Amino acid sequence: MNILVCISHVPDTTAKINFTADGTALDPAGVQFVINPYDEFGLTKALHIKEAQGGTITVINVGPATTEPTLRKALAIGADKAVRIDAIPMDAITVAKELKNHISANSYDLIICGQESIDYNGQQVPAMLAALLEQPFANACVGLSLDNGTATATSEIDGGHATYKASLPMVIGGKKGLVEEKDLRIPNMRGIMSARTKPLEVAPATEGEGPTKPVSFEKPAGKAAVKMVDAENVDELVRLLHEEAKAI
Amino acid sequence: MSILVFVEDWNGAYKKASFEAVAYAKSWATMNSNKVIAVTSVSAPAGELAGYGADHIIQIGLGSTAMGIAGQLKELSAEASGIVIAGTSLGRSLAPALSALTSGALSTNTISLPLSTSPLQLKRGAFSSKGIETIELDSTMPIVSFVPNSIGLEPVAGEGNLESREISSNDALEVLSTEVASGKVALPEAEAVVSAGRGLKGPENWGMIEELADVLGAATACSKPVSDIGWRPHSEHVGQTGIQVNPNLYIAIGISGAIQHLAGVSASKTIVVVNTDPEAPFFKAADYGIVGDAFEVVPKLVNALRAFKAAS
Repeated sequence: MNILVCISHVPDTTAKINFTADGTALDPAGVQFVINPYDEFGLTKALHIKEAQGGTITVINVGPATTEPTLRKALAIGADKAVRIDAIPMDAITVAKELKNHISANSYDLIICGQESIDYNGQQVPAMLAALLEQPFANACVGLSLDNGTATATSEIDGGHATYKASLPMVIGGKKGLVEEKDLRIPNMRGIMSARTKPLEVAPATEGEGPTKPVSFEKPAGKAAVKMVDAENVDELVRLLHEEAKAI
Repeated sequence: MSILVFVEDWNGAYKKASFEAVAYAKSWATMNSNKVIAVTSVSAPAGELAGYGADHIIQIGLGSTAMGIAGQLKELSAEASGIVIAGTSLGRSLAPALSALTSGALSTNTISLPLSTSPLQLKRGAFSSKGIETIELDSTMPIVSFVPNSIGLEPVAGEGNLESREISSNDALEVLSTEVASGKVALPEAEAVVSAGRGLKGPENWGMIEELADVLGAATACSKPVSDIGWRPHSEHVGQTGIQVNPNLYIAIGISGAIQHLAGVSASKTIVVVNTDPEAPFFKAADYGIVGDAFEVVPKLVNALRAFKAAS
């Protein structure tokens, strides 16, 4: 089983988000970058599959050299090798095309992405990749079992779940549920030591500019201060919700 | 050229977000004196979709998966200069798949109408609602996927010409089963959400949360710790890595407001927080707050809301 896990390098959830003075990009100063939380579930799932039926786990990122510590961390968690496509992609389709080019030149039985990255929140790359590869796709995937080249995937849909069957290879857009949060692997000392010598291949970019571009970033307008209502006076809350907020 | 809009349904009934999608397409189309082509698998008279702005309605047997529908919409897009898809769970797979098939520029998580059409610029949410991005899309076949319930739109009627078509749908993905909770308000589409956390002390205490949700016609939800310890199903977990919601009204009972929780709910229009701890971080993100014990406040709130509903 040859598994590719796509890894996004994103600001930590608790990071304070600031933009550069001209408002055209994220200001990375003081921001801690981590493996995208959605991707962590996919990486641990890949480890479970490998432990049950053998195989190789490759992690991949499309990004500049600054993302390498994040790939090293994925190696420390247990991936066998890493690939970085050396590019500064400005949109999801460019990332998806770079990934497609790598996948077409190699051979993977299963491709696991997080359903979205918590920086640009696009939820675009996994579905684009599946469409480019013409492979089956299960998004918001919260359960996956493999049996002899056939996958059964459970996905969240609005208000419930759907269960799908497909022949491998396929693309997964994963989230919590793929494995439980308590089962997420974290690097141990042995993993960190061995990650230093695992292969991290840097491949040149093959795609040019994409069809979308960021123009500017701003912070949302600050919320007005909270209005406190006395616990003995819930009628006042009902009045405010009706007359002021028009929420009921 | 026209704006093509995908009209999603569930068991033959239009989804609420689909009406928003048609109204969005109408607003965009009107900027360039274009028409709206609505694509639906529902065989119904034109009236309802026309009321939201559909000029042409193509009724077609649509596939049951995102990839299957993307292939069909790609063929229909030959008649269009732009595409609108609501950011439902299906839409969030469909829009990027279609973008890859048509080489169309895509904006997802969109929270505005086009700011300008030439070049096409839009605002979209980024960094878990901690940032707003203005994005520019190439003019070839721009695709806009918007966040349902994020843009208030006044419907403008369209011509409502009906037509049926047949295009086959292909996908290697086989649907084995779908399960959707019936009789309950689906969380991602709910206009009001009542959510509770560890402050409730145990799963046996959720009766009053369900009662409050009932009075409001709201969906119930919970914090991550509550779903992790199994008090409530994972499908109710709202926040980062759970379900992201943006209802008109979000009531959080006994939830402290960890940043991972806020990331999934802070786009809600009005947030009410009830917590015993006056220092709970959630109060900073709230519009209205009550410092108090859920076991006293919630039953009172249920009674007050019942009285309000009875009087109005």
